Amino acid sequence: MDVKTGLFYLFSAVLLFAAFRVITARNPVYAALYLVLTFFQASAIWLILRAEFLAITLILVYVGAVMVLFLFVVMMLDIDVDSLREGFWRHFPLAAGVGALIALEMAAVLMGGFRLNAPRNSLASGPDTSNTLELGKLLYTNYLYPLEVAAVILLLAMVAAIALTLRARKDTKYVNPSDQVRVKARDRVRIVQMPATRAAQPAAEDASAAAENKA
Amino acid sequence: MTLTLGHFLSLGAMLFALAVIGIFLNRKNLIVLLMCIELMLLAVNVNFVAFSYFLGDMHGQIFVFFILTVAAAESAIGLALLVLLFRNKSNINVDELNALKG
Repeated sequence: MDVKTGLFYLFSAVLLFAAFRVITARNPVYAALYLVLTFFQASAIWLILRAEFLAITLILVYVGAVMVLFLFVVMMLDIDVDSLREGFWRHFPLAAGVGALIALEMAAVLMGGFRLNAPRNSLASGPDTSNTLELGKLLYTNYLYPLEVAAVILLLAMVAAIALTLRARKDTKYVNPSDQVRVKARDRVRIVQMPATRAAQPAAEDASAAAENKA
Repeated sequence: MTLTLGHFLSLGAMLFALAVIGIFLNRKNLIVLLMCIELMLLAVNVNFVAFSYFLGDMHGQIFVFFILTVAAAESAIGLALLVLLFRNKSNINVDELNALKG
């Protein structure tokens, strides 16, 4: 058993344990944190399979963005955990049955035919080749249209998420942009004709007279 | 004992089975349901990367790339819907989503 196999078993064990904790954790915050651990282990397994770019992308995109979003939402909502947990063990027999069925079926298929222990046509590998370069060559030639569609999907998701959660406040003060664009100079400044000097006011004389009376 | 394709496919299968069990167990908690869907997509991605390595074909990794894109979009919209649901109903219990029942 070489080092790679040992590392594979280590990462797989931690991954399966973390996934188990995701589905059984009481607190959704712990579930999200265990999901982060799961993604880290999966990323390590992808590194064993020499998919470096995807491994880094998994950490950057999932752990950096999606899981932070999950944590924000979990912490923002004030959830009554106990009411959501009721019926947890009542569903357990069905869940265990379905899980065992899936595992057995998969085992029956996988133990039969997939004994491939070395890459059939190995990918170009070595210190001079770059996984990212190979991926980029394919992505920007053969898969250019799907890439554009993926970009549109991301834009759509962004617009949809903002439009769904945006609350228009009634009490905010804001400037109407169209009014702001169409404003003329004469709306802003009004020229008023005034005499340059004023006639002297009698108020000063009254004040000095009052001062004399007091004295 | 070297690693075969079966090892990685078994790992993917076990991860997928765990995610299905999680969907059955947490039938009321919408957040954990979304997390289980993420686990399923991760299991599928492990399979894709394993096949890509053992068959020497980069196209599998391209597919993982697109799955990651769509999964990110899905979770963003799903969480936005979750926030909206919590604002309207003050809980995220799946059993109470029966407003369309009439």
